[in-house]
Amino acid sequence: MILGILEQGLIYGILALGLLITYRILDFPDLTVDSSFPLGAAVSAVLTLNGMHPALTLLCGMLAGALAGLITGFIHVKCKVRDLLSGIITMTALYSINLRIAGKANVPIFGTDTLFRNEFTRALPAWISDYSTVLLILLITLAAKLLLDLFLKTKAGYLLRAAGDNASVVTTLAKDQGSVKIVGLMIANALVALAGAVMCQQQRFFDISMGTGTMVIGLASVIIGTNLFKTFSFMKSTTMAIIGSILYKGCVSLAISLGLEATDMKLITAVLFLLILVAGQAKRKKVRIHA
Amino acid sequence: MLEFQSISKVYNPGTVHETLLFQDFSLSIEDHSFVTVVGSNGSGKTSMLNILCGTIPVESGHILIGGQDITKMKEFKRYRRMGRVYQDPAKGTCPTMTILENLSMADNKGKPYGLTRGTNKARIQEYKDMLAPLGLGLEDKLGIPVGNLSGGQRQTLALLMATMTPIDFLILDEHTAALDPKTAEIVMELTNKIVQEKKLTTLMVTHNLRHAVEYGDRLLMMHQGQIVLDKDGEEKKNTKVDDLLSIFNSISIECGN
Repeated sequence: MILGILEQGLIYGILALGLLITYRILDFPDLTVDSSFPLGAAVSAVLTLNGMHPALTLLCGMLAGALAGLITGFIHVKCKVRDLLSGIITMTALYSINLRIAGKANVPIFGTDTLFRNEFTRALPAWISDYSTVLLILLITLAAKLLLDLFLKTKAGYLLRAAGDNASVVTTLAKDQGSVKIVGLMIANALVALAGAVMCQQQRFFDISMGTGTMVIGLASVIIGTNLFKTFSFMKSTTMAIIGSILYKGCVSLAISLGLEATDMKLITAVLFLLILVAGQAKRKKVRIHA
Repeated sequence: MLEFQSISKVYNPGTVHETLLFQDFSLSIEDHSFVTVVGSNGSGKTSMLNILCGTIPVESGHILIGGQDITKMKEFKRYRRMGRVYQDPAKGTCPTMTILENLSMADNKGKPYGLTRGTNKARIQEYKDMLAPLGLGLEDKLGIPVGNLSGGQRQTLALLMATMTPIDFLILDEHTAALDPKTAEIVMELTNKIVQEKKLTTLMVTHNLRHAVEYGDRLLMMHQGQIVLDKDGEEKKNTKVDDLLSIFNSISIECGN
């Protein structure tokens, strides 16, 4: 079970990195993620079935996710639709697009080689083959995290942080804050779609409903991580988000193992998220009284 | 030369709250002049700055810089040649980013913001040398998020950020109004020094009549979208705070206040 928690937690960790950009950095409640997650999965599943190398399908999934972010950004910035609504519009439209890409609501890829089950992994000795999946996921998550860390330290990364922090600074620096937001949404949704694609490779199927609650899972991970490790100033927020994701997945698994059904998963996901939000507020109140 | 040509501006057009602020408003400002602007609330001072910067559109008229019509130019593009400091010290800096990150970002204005390292380590010493003479201790706090600084420290930083790169115009919107008297003096002195050193064409809106009289080489008083007083050269030098106050009072009496 621990292996399963780690695998899924790390995959959702990539998702949390995306939410870190929209929610923490840009302060944009982006509901696109509920559909860009399955979008990445659909692209990955279909391309894998068509014989493309699984690793390449991840990249294609990311591209598709970036495109979804571009659409949401365009609707928000150019058509001047409110942030929440822009995401909802793209999310709804993508539901049909995802079905078109996949062809049907459920696409299994049991019969073909995947990223985690192929000639190479089958040749591995038994003692490591159990762990090859989690190690590979860890590698992908760490790569995504390190690249994001590096990006946030570049000039473009500074501008992205400024756009969420105080957009008028971006304008007075003679840069279009709208374009910066769009780029941020593209990167975030590319990461979310990557998480979806990896999830598809790990569970070996695409399902149209796999995106429901993505936003909640990602947000919960980010909030758990950043609240829990607030005092560790040396720790990067990307690290916090990934650890938060693993902890959150652990809590959900724990709740299920305590006698709840697997079908209750989304209910548990939502209730746990509510608990985290309320707990976070209670903690803040306490701090205010002390101050 | 900076020119406002027959600007008209209506707020809430087509509603019962429709108010005409500017009608046929014109003003020219010579290059390298330092203009201070006073006036009561609602007289159109800040609206004038917002129109110049493109923050709000106009109904008709033109804004020209060096003969070039910028009326249709987008706000962010106008800042290529302008720096702006707002009344709210929080508006000119990014709170969760460190002093160093804020300065590095401002230092790069006018160049592409690409995938190269955000902070140029070779410039750190220059930033420190720039901050040290202010006596605010900012040079030792480069790694601290700007949100932890006081209003005065943030406003000083915002002023430095706005004027770090080569610009022609400096727009100051009551930039000392939110500061305590002592800090306001420090920021005003620094402003004057930067304006003189860089020969910036400056428009400074202020409620501090003494600042308006002591600094700059031209003084404007605005009232109901019109310029009711325009003094420069010797005339400006001979203007006293009391003179301004009495004009202020007479205007207020006209309005029935």
